[in-house]
Amino acid sequence: MHPVLDCRSLTKVYGEGDTTVHALRGVSLAVERGEYVAIMGSSGSGKSTLMNILGCLDIPSGGKYLLDSVDVSQLSDRQLALVRNRLIGFVFQSFNLIPRTSALANVELPLAYAGVHARARRRRAMHALETVGLADRYDHEPNQLSGGQQQRVAVARALVTEPALLLADEPTGNLDSHSTEDVLTVFDELRAAGRTIVLITHEPEVGARADRLIKLFDGQIQSDERQHAVGRHAVGAPG
Amino acid sequence: MSFGEIIRFALRGLAANKLRSGLTMLGILIGVASVILLVAVGNGSAKAVADRISALGTNTLTVSTSGGRGGTTTTGGLTLKVADALDDPVLAPDVKSVSPLVSTSATMAYGSTSYDVNSFVGSTPSYFTAANYPLASGAAFSEDDNAQGRRVVVIGQTVAEEMFPGVDPIGEQVTVSGALFTVVGVLDEKSSSGGFQDANDVAIAPITAVRQVLTGYGAINSILVEAANSKMVSTVQSEITVILNQRVPTSSSGTAGYTVRSASQLLETQTETADTFTTLLGAVAAISLLVGGIGITNIMLVTVTERTREIGIRKALGAPRRVILTQFLIEATLLSFIGGGLGVAAALIGANFKIVGVTPVVVPSSVILALSVSVVIGLFFGGLPAARAARLRPIDALRYE
Repeated sequence: MHPVLDCRSLTKVYGEGDTTVHALRGVSLAVERGEYVAIMGSSGSGKSTLMNILGCLDIPSGGKYLLDSVDVSQLSDRQLALVRNRLIGFVFQSFNLIPRTSALANVELPLAYAGVHARARRRRAMHALETVGLADRYDHEPNQLSGGQQQRVAVARALVTEPALLLADEPTGNLDSHSTEDVLTVFDELRAAGRTIVLITHEPEVGARADRLIKLFDGQIQSDERQHAVGRHAVGAPG
Repeated sequence: MSFGEIIRFALRGLAANKLRSGLTMLGILIGVASVILLVAVGNGSAKAVADRISALGTNTLTVSTSGGRGGTTTTGGLTLKVADALDDPVLAPDVKSVSPLVSTSATMAYGSTSYDVNSFVGSTPSYFTAANYPLASGAAFSEDDNAQGRRVVVIGQTVAEEMFPGVDPIGEQVTVSGALFTVVGVLDEKSSSGGFQDANDVAIAPITAVRQVLTGYGAINSILVEAANSKMVSTVQSEITVILNQRVPTSSSGTAGYTVRSASQLLETQTETADTFTTLLGAVAAISLLVGGIGITNIMLVTVTERTREIGIRKALGAPRRVILTQFLIEATLLSFIGGGLGVAAALIGANFKIVGVTPVVVPSSVILALSVSVVIGLFFGGLPAARAARLRPIDALRYE
């Protein structure tokens, strides 16, 4: 079976001339279906840049990126929108919910762009909210929810289209320890349900929960090792 | 994604920012309404002037002495003989009537009340029809009254109300400058054409009697010449000019001793004034539309710039560029159309009321112009930055501060 995510010697260069910054210096990486991968690195190691490229929010300067064996670098703007909608669920550090819009409407949004009918959309969005344990808060607007709750709504939004790949860019970066635990528990459950998850973090305890830990340094992969996840919630036991 | 769905998105976007949406619409509303209303006021006043002058009768010509208003004291100038000469079926066949005119202010007394009449006019019976003075009650004096110099007088509404409150003035005797005049008629109510002067503050008596009692036998003030119909006015003007050139001596500086003005010339002058007024109001309105437009532009730019991040989120969730652009275009269209529509409604309602004494008359083209300008501005400045933001890579839109 082909990997969900397969990138080969990705490079990313910002700026020109004297101010050139090499954010990525040839990153090759393959993630199999059902894997839970954590990418760690200090700030400036290029992990956010990598994440943005993996999420099709940014384009690489060089190299090849196959997502579900589709060469993403060859796609048009319109096709990229489709890929973002169907194949990727993205969770941001700063939640990025649409303000003054209810949790349910936020979760429904990707389905609306996918052209799902209103009734099915509502059912699937409620189901996704149940998955993250916020079904009772469906009519709350983002500013009526705590940080942890907002991030769980964002996770529900990322899940709702059943994407091949769930990407999370420092999902716990803005959360306290209690909310961090809530969100990580959701990830553990998703892992147990067979989802493919790639998350970025600089917190070792978050990275320790993954099956595989990749360390980035100065735009290159420094280490890539499988590990036995520690502290994982009971329901999330690898199976 | 269906079109109805996108419209629902746009409505939700507007509802999410009620205050801002409301203020934007208010700006458009004021801009559109002020343009329509100001132009309507200008147009209304021009129309009112035209109406008043056409009520005066457009088929009359006024001959007056040129230079110096005191026609009674200057030697030469217009005399009754000149007026008689104008009534010439051979040289001036298109003249319907000639009414010589003397006018002065006088104090009328009745019992213990006395009243200063603004304009005490002496003329011939033809004056009533030529100058468009229909009678409300009683009768005008006759040609015979004029020939005999009988002291009879026809008074205007204001004079009747001031001197005879609750009394029928017909047949009553009034004293004017020591002479007794009998009131024989009361004029119909007349709208004030001159603006400041009350057209009803008038008394009209036979010219022979007025000259005898009040003004003396010098020159007369003016001669009102009535043409057979309004198309003959210019023909009549040239006919009487020939006669006047023979009869009226030129002034010491060598220019003609008289001037002839037709009511239509008067109308032209006043219409020109009204047009200037309309243009001025239109300019003020245009400035307010411009300012309103800049306001719309500003709010649209701020809205979209502020929402660039939201556009980034939507793109990250897989929204195609077309859908985002359509959403923002519909938002801008709704704002400008609802605001503009309310502005038109407000203007049409406002046009039902008198504004500074003028009944506004709405000009349809100003409605279309104001509405389309505001909608085009709203669409352009709402659509352009949205198109720019929708073209950004999602990561750039998300990072936008």
